[in-house]
Amino acid sequence: MAILSAYRTTVGKKIVMAVTGLIWVGYVVLHMFGNLKFFNGAGDGLGTINAWAHFLRVFGQEVVGYAGVLWLARVVLLVALVLHVATAIQLKRLNGASRPVAYQRRGYLQTDLPARSMWWGGVFILMFVVYHVLHMTAGTVHPAFVEGDVFHNLTVGLGEPLAGAFYLTAMVALGLHLYHGTWSVFQTLGVDVFDRSSAIRRAGQALALVIAGGFMLVPLSILLGFMR
Amino acid sequence: MNLTLKVWRQEGPQAPGRFETYAARDIEADMSFLEMLDIVNEGIILAGGDPIAFDHDCREGICGMCGLVIDGLAHGPRQCTTCQLYMRNFRDGDTITVEPWRVRAFPVVKDLVVDRGALDRIIAAGGYVSAGTGSAPDANGTLIPKPDADAAFDAAVCIGCGACAAACPNGSAMLFTAAKVSHLSHLPQGQPERYARVVRMVERMDEEGFGGCTNHGECAGVCPAKIDMGVIARLNRDLLVATLKGGG
Ligand code: HEM
Ligand code: FES
Repeated sequence: MAILSAYRTTVGKKIVMAVTGLIWVGYVVLHMFGNLKFFNGAGDGLGTINAWAHFLRVFGQEVVGYAGVLWLARVVLLVALVLHVATAIQLKRLNGASRPVAYQRRGYLQTDLPARSMWWGGVFILMFVVYHVLHMTAGTVHPAFVEGDVFHNLTVGLGEPLAGAFYLTAMVALGLHLYHGTWSVFQTLGVDVFDRSSAIRRAGQALALVIAGGFMLVPLSILLGFMR
Repeated sequence: MNLTLKVWRQEGPQAPGRFETYAARDIEADMSFLEMLDIVNEGIILAGGDPIAFDHDCREGICGMCGLVIDGLAHGPRQCTTCQLYMRNFRDGDTITVEPWRVRAFPVVKDLVVDRGALDRIIAAGGYVSAGTGSAPDANGTLIPKPDADAAFDAAVCIGCGACAAACPNGSAMLFTAAKVSHLSHLPQGQPERYARVVRMVERMDEEGFGGCTNHGECAGVCPAKIDMGVIARLNRDLLVATLKGGG
């Protein structure tokens, strides 16, 4: 109940954004490292991405059944995403209403592109997430989807220049989002060691670059013809 | 030096406003921005017009009354109060745009004067200590560790000018509210009401129609008292703890 009442405030909403954002940061880190197994090649031998995908489904199956852990993660991620986007929309409305008359001239001293692109970048990432699930998980918008053959789905799916370019753009958006978002979590949750060059801030920015860069290796290597 | 001013003129709270252009002639580099406006106003009065209304009081950077958005920056380019901004920061021939704080919670009273009562109401919601503290106690009667005293003081230097909200892309008054929360939350006298205070002040801040913080940092960038965004993290943490304690 107390949690619900705090949610009424702008600060409470930001706390929800921070916690749900952090859940997704954790997820994208794991996802990105999983993706790098793509470079171990086709087939389902040790260390391949197909073996990894299989492992994710059998992991814990004695307890929760086949793909049980996977579904659990999906539910947590979906709930987190819905909360994250819902609070983003609410805060966006409040923030937009707070200055009915715009400045004629507007200067900035501190803010940067990542901070200012949080909303539109976020909207773009949401569109990407929907497309990505239909493309690589459900396979409905994939030209030749083969259940379980992740390597094949990647090389064929991302070999299409338009799809590949969309993935790359989305990863730029994700990198920007996390460049501001990762350290923002610590500020929102009240770790008050903040200044513009603090270690937490630098680490968050580095993580954003590693995540975006790591993800981009896969579509880049396919589009440039290194992996087929 | 000679300058062109584009100034927001608005007869009253309900009147539609517009920009008017004025020539500021023979301005000396050592004049303050407000002295420059005084000279322009003398000219307007001599010509039979209505002088430009703007807020000011101490003119020495301590009261927090003055506040203009100059060329898109709250208090202008120097991160000091408007009264401490000198004309030497501008060049002969410049065109300068002067606007009031633009925040829904700060309605325009006239021209460049806005009503910052919202900030007073945030303080009234909890930015004080209600325990009777008697007359001035002996020095060091209450021991306060030096780092806490410093942190409290760094927050207490807020002069309440409202530049933070004026500069914030979201029109948020978080730096102001957080400065007061952080000030009292670092001191022993502030402890009994610490968590109830933060909830009441944040709720009041929201009710006044300010936006929320998204960590742009523009507030700290323009703050003439150099208040750090660390105070906002402090507020966030106190609100989080208040929530977990069920004080929300
Ligand atoms: C992979 C998906 C995503 C991840 C990993 C992610 C992560 C984050 C993180 C860590 C934050 C910082 C929270 C804080 O300020 O304390 C954040 C803020 C934010 N996110 Fe996301 N997010 C994602 C998707 C989205 C989507 C789909 C939207 C949709 C509109 C969105 C909109 C926002 C906005 C508006 C903010 C607040 C901006 C600010 O504080 O400046 N995000 N996100
Ligand atoms: S007039 Fe007092 S601070 Fe500027």
